[in-house]
Amino acid sequence: MDVLKRVPISEQDAKIRATNFEEVCLGYTLEEAMLEAERCINCKNAPCRNGCPVSIDIPAFIQKVKAGDIESAYHIINESSALPSVCGRVCPQETQCEERCIRGIKGEPVSIGKLERFVADWALEHGIKPEKAKNKIDKKVAVIGCGPAGITCAGDLAKLGYDVTIFEALHEPGGVLVYGIPEFRLPKEKVVRKEIDNVLSLGVKIETDVVIGKATTIDELLEEEGFDAVFIGSGAGLPKFMGIPGEQSNGVFSANEYLTRSNLMKAFKEDSTTPIMRGKRVAVVGGGNVAMDAARTALRLGAETHIVYRRSEEELPARVEEVHHAKEEGIIFDLLTNPIEILADENGWVKGMKCIKMELGEPDASGRRKPVEVTGSEFVMDLDMVIMSLGTSPNPLISSTTKGLETNRYKCLVVDEETGKTTKDKVYAGGDAVTGAATVILAMGAGKTAAKAMHEYLSSL
Amino acid sequence: MYQITKTEELATNIYYMEVKAKRVAKSCEPGQFVIVRTSKDGERIPLTICDYDRENGTVSIVFQIVGGATQFMSTLKEGDHFVDFVGPLGCASEFVHEDIEELKKKKILFVAGGVGTAPVYPQVKWLKQHGVEADVIVGAKTKDLVILEDKMKAIAGNLYVTTDDGSYGRHGLVTQVIKDLVEKEGKKYDLCVAIGPMIMMKFAAMTTKELQIPTIVSLNPIMVDGTGMCGACRVTVGNEVKFACVDGPEFDGHLVDFDQAMKRQQIYKTIEGREMLKVQEGDKHHGGCGQCGGDE
Repeated sequence: MDVLKRVPISEQDAKIRATNFEEVCLGYTLEEAMLEAERCINCKNAPCRNGCPVSIDIPAFIQKVKAGDIESAYHIINESSALPSVCGRVCPQETQCEERCIRGIKGEPVSIGKLERFVADWALEHGIKPEKAKNKIDKKVAVIGCGPAGITCAGDLAKLGYDVTIFEALHEPGGVLVYGIPEFRLPKEKVVRKEIDNVLSLGVKIETDVVIGKATTIDELLEEEGFDAVFIGSGAGLPKFMGIPGEQSNGVFSANEYLTRSNLMKAFKEDSTTPIMRGKRVAVVGGGNVAMDAARTALRLGAETHIVYRRSEEELPARVEEVHHAKEEGIIFDLLTNPIEILADENGWVKGMKCIKMELGEPDASGRRKPVEVTGSEFVMDLDMVIMSLGTSPNPLISSTTKGLETNRYKCLVVDEETGKTTKDKVYAGGDAVTGAATVILAMGAGKTAAKAMHEYLSSL
Repeated sequence: MYQITKTEELATNIYYMEVKAKRVAKSCEPGQFVIVRTSKDGERIPLTICDYDRENGTVSIVFQIVGGATQFMSTLKEGDHFVDFVGPLGCASEFVHEDIEELKKKKILFVAGGVGTAPVYPQVKWLKQHGVEADVIVGAKTKDLVILEDKMKAIAGNLYVTTDDGSYGRHGLVTQVIKDLVEKEGKKYDLCVAIGPMIMMKFAAMTTKELQIPTIVSLNPIMVDGTGMCGACRVTVGNEVKFACVDGPEFDGHLVDFDQAMKRQQIYKTIEGREMLKVQEGDKHHGGCGQCGGDE
């Protein structure tokens, strides 16, 4: 075995998986995982750990995998992460833990993400639960939003013994894990539901169908319902559109709507009652992970699917792995291309999209080279459906109904970075509601930070 | 789970239900709506709130059978449950936040079309409770489809019922009644609130524009989550794109692009689906197909 190379992982064949919603990556077997764990040199200073937003003791869990003691490996991971099966699948390890792996200097870094996934899946299969708090603390915490930030915060506080209730606006817990990320990347019943159940098994209560800011307010939770502190992890919210002519035509969807119909409402299943448009030629505008998810969903629902992105491949914000998978499956990338108008037929249905070619100019504020229009390069793509995947802006439901909660110019909640504390007493926040659209693991890191600070605050009372 | 405490068939294919939903009942205001689901993996169905009882913790809804999900919903009885009942969603009617004394000086006309009578009811009731009497026009296709007449009579200033076929009350469309009231019967109004099928609101708004009466309409576009997340409910108002679920559902009727909104309502209505509905529902067919006018 070449120690510079990773133990390869099996995947569903690209041609076959392009027609189904089964998971793409099949994961390591115990033998493969133990073999890959051998590659970890167990460095003392563990740079990988500093790259992890929730500071999992990576070398320690990998040593347990090496020894074949998967249950112990799970408990080490679980001390830091409530959702390891999820993170092993959707974390951008290549820019976090794995980027700092010493093995990566000469060869390929250790497959930390795939090992985490193996350990967590093994624990789910074997019914291993996280360890419950030994002592109860008689204080109540409300967590708003049952996505990655909220689940993490709730789990950490429950482990400390707090009485935690999560309020979720949708009918299912999970947030972006259930409405946003597709089944083929993150199985819902097998992974998401079970990991959330693990958190609930710590004694966390959940009330679904409660829209905070509408059904009740944060002030009411604190003053009337007896909560001692509140964590807001309400997510990013409102989808952005381009503001180009024709965007209201029938057949133009936000990625949020398209993915919610397919993922949360199960429209991808043949027997589902949720309608979803199955286009013949579809363009997804945008280059992030959500754009890849939407494109790969449209492809699986039978469409010839294009990614339309105004910069070049190098600037694609999506994970390299997702771009690679999308290409393998047959997604067509129309790069350096920007839509300027959506064309509709006489009944208001999309029939095409007028685009203009772009070239890269000087670097802009983000450090990426700014795309500039190429004069006279307009052309029309024949399409029957367009999915806008341009990011989201925070939902004002909570900030507009809570006195003393400050937002910045992007309408994101203002918090102290060290603690997640908002400008309002007893109220903490984290995740996309604070940062704008980001990743699952960053939201989890924020939930963790806030849980720690909330514990300190509640202990001082 | 949310228990149904009362059901009533108001007219053919139009049902009234009272549902135990404490949080919604505690905080809802006129103008807002709820989203319900009748089963796990079922559709999320947006419905306007018709009434609420804060003390008993109940919320009343009214719906018309327009497809499979509402057909199933109509079979639910007292004691049955909704799996989900989320709300209140959307913004309350503007007048809820207005100065009551100022409001008392205004003459308000409500125009309700068909099932749209249900969301008009809590608004008129709220005003009555705050000492403001508003006039109400209730329009329906025919006598049998006039709903909530007695309840409305009890709270409205003047109630004018009209039917398209003249089988009950006045004869003609609500737009004709608006015109007659203002032009022939000497009424003056400072505000009109029109709620009903999209096509009715479009023409009511055109009529009040001619008569120079500021007008509010309540839109019910396709939506999924109802909290601003999906953007399916976007409508053009003036030159701005708004999300009906968080910015509305009530908007300035003189600024709404009704033609676009009506086209957008057809998104999930396929040719096959229309044909199927026609065959399945036969005489009972009341719309949902996008072509018969029943849901216009």
